[in-house]
Amino acid sequence: MTEIIFFINQVVISGLVLGCIYALGAIGITLIFGILRFAHFAHSELMTGGAFIAFLLASAFAAWGIATPIPTGFVVLPLAMVLAAILALGIDKGFYAPLRKRGARPVTLLIASIGVTLMIQGLIRLFFGAGSYSFFENEPKEIFRIDTSAIGSTRPLVITEPQVLMIVVTLASVVALHFFLTRSRLGKAMRAMADNADLAQVSGINTALVVRVTWVIAGALACMAGTMLALDVTLKPDLAFNIILPIFAAAIVGGLGQAYGAIAGGLLIGFAETLAVFNWTMLFRPLNAILPDWLQLPAQLALVPTEYKLTVAFVILVVTLLVRPTGIFKGASS
Amino acid sequence: MIQRSLALFGGLFVLILVIGWVMGLPFTSSRLVEAAAYALIALGLNIQWGYGGLFNFGIMGFLMVGGAAVTFISFPVNPEFWGSDGPMMLGRALFAFAIGALIVLAARQAHRIGITGKWKGALTVLAWFVAYVLYRSQLDPAAAYIESAGGGWVGGLGAHPVLGWLFGGVLAAGIAYIVGKICLGLRTDYLAIATIGISEIIRALIKNMDWLTRGTLTVSPIPWPTPLPQDYQAGGMDIASSLIAARAGYLVLALVVLAIVMWLISRAYSGPWGRMMRAIRDNHIAASSMGKNVTARQLEIFVFGSVLMGIGGAMLVSFVQIFDPSSYQPINHTFLIWVMVIVGGAGNNWGALFGAVLLWLVWVVSEPLSKAVFDFVSYWSTNAGWGAIPEIEARSAQMRVFVLGLVITIALRFAPKGLIPEVVKREG
Repeated sequence: MTEIIFFINQVVISGLVLGCIYALGAIGITLIFGILRFAHFAHSELMTGGAFIAFLLASAFAAWGIATPIPTGFVVLPLAMVLAAILALGIDKGFYAPLRKRGARPVTLLIASIGVTLMIQGLIRLFFGAGSYSFFENEPKEIFRIDTSAIGSTRPLVITEPQVLMIVVTLASVVALHFFLTRSRLGKAMRAMADNADLAQVSGINTALVVRVTWVIAGALACMAGTMLALDVTLKPDLAFNIILPIFAAAIVGGLGQAYGAIAGGLLIGFAETLAVFNWTMLFRPLNAILPDWLQLPAQLALVPTEYKLTVAFVILVVTLLVRPTGIFKGASS
Repeated sequence: MIQRSLALFGGLFVLILVIGWVMGLPFTSSRLVEAAAYALIALGLNIQWGYGGLFNFGIMGFLMVGGAAVTFISFPVNPEFWGSDGPMMLGRALFAFAIGALIVLAARQAHRIGITGKWKGALTVLAWFVAYVLYRSQLDPAAAYIESAGGGWVGGLGAHPVLGWLFGGVLAAGIAYIVGKICLGLRTDYLAIATIGISEIIRALIKNMDWLTRGTLTVSPIPWPTPLPQDYQAGGMDIASSLIAARAGYLVLALVVLAIVMWLISRAYSGPWGRMMRAIRDNHIAASSMGKNVTARQLEIFVFGSVLMGIGGAMLVSFVQIFDPSSYQPINHTFLIWVMVIVGGAGNNWGALFGAVLLWLVWVVSEPLSKAVFDFVSYWSTNAGWGAIPEIEARSAQMRVFVLGLVITIALRFAPKGLIPEVVKREG
């Protein structure tokens, strides 16, 4: 049983955590693509910026001496999400809206979003340097070790408090998003505009409002993803810049423009990355007792070496683009 | 139009003179050599984006390929590797690769023996997996052996660096052909994401294939095609003038390459070939209805542009004499080039050239400039009793990323066609 617990620790939990973060980022990207028809590269900086906003708020809480039962990062999250949504609205107003008004092509907007990426990244590095920060300087990071000796394992099941909260919060926000998109008037308007922007406008939908709502949702979810990633690992200026491509991969694999596809794509990419670098010998080691001598498992039996972990997402991305460019949920075609 | 270009180039010349006066000649001469290499790369992107409308965001990958190529060709031979079992084992890995390729090709022809639909798909996946396992089973021991006992890495061939530049171009062309075959059917933003993904794959491979490129251990010193400063110093020259003399020699060679390329692509642009490319860029449906093979032409232009990127990347690496795969970043090696071409003027070779030199100078000068600004503000705030700004050095190093972002957003807003825009001729 030890092997199975090890598998759960190494693959199921870390794949789920990674998948949740990818999914939250990919929802924002896919919504922006659905409504505004461009690939928003600066999403990574919304994530990092949101995480830094949350970090500042958490530091302020700690400075005021407010102690909370759950990690402060989660307590300040709603406030940080509001601020990040305002930031996203401001970026749209300042950089993308003038270009849209001029009737610029999606390609121009894509390049503009790269410019925004560079500016925000430059600013973050200007104020916070290149070092890394931790949310857990003033409080301990609680780690649950669940004893599994009852089922014959020598190893405990390890999961940290932020990871548990992260999975819960992601589930809650995905359900909330589902009800927003299917039940509310605005959510239906968003889906209508993603389907056909001109038709939506003709039938009296306030498209400017839909665009604003899209940015609010995207900014808030990006902040949530960034903060939770920073809570799980550490906070640094290139926190999300390095994972923006896996997130794009998740959005494309799920089908650009499809919110549910983004969630499925995020989990798929997250699990694919962890499964690809997992050393299968650790799971199948007991088989060595039954297998003949010439068929013993080697010490290393991973599909790809650990240093190629991020590459897995790119390979999936390229293969998806080739074999099924619309993604698994039939998004906008290429 | 001509007047405006001349005024801009005049301004650029004055800027170079000012930088030379403030920062000193050795600094400026180095930056000019790099600017020439970047100009070559920007021309490559201008061919792809300006002539052909192709969205290549994988420039970093092609620069790395060029750098690895010049390292392989021009670095001295590693006798320890050639004397070991390494070449033999690599040969076996190559053989395994060939067999794997045959298996995959055979699986793709499975419909000839009556296997179609889902079964063929499953068979293809299985074939890829078998080929991958076969290749890894031969390559992994070879790599481990070379890294531990077989001399550490493959080493170079000891040939002339200019041959290395050419090989960089050839290798980049080969990779561009494969990438183009895979990706060029995609729409613009998908193409951008796919090329970024491929350049990241190339970076991961070059960084981690220690047996071939020495990976993060870095390779240096890579020889120069022209005499080094040390050669001049051996002849009795003092250090400052030997630096300038050596860099001037390199600069002349780089400018010769640049001039030849410029002449060739300007001729291509104004010829029937260039007209065809612009027709495809502006309306590929109309172009294909006139009987132009759009896919093949786009592949052609993607390969041509990548050749220039490979050569430019090779020139940069042999100039700095060190190949360090971990120094390659998308910001410095992909986005910077894009800003060069967009600010200069996509579709206009002189615009791309101007943008490359200007942006490279802005990029290198913004660090000392922001340090000076910070120093000034810090002096002022100290006097006002607010204390000095901490970590000025580290902060000003980050300023250039911000400046780059600012330049591109301003350019898109106020000069979307660039400073020296493409001249659209209307005949007849």
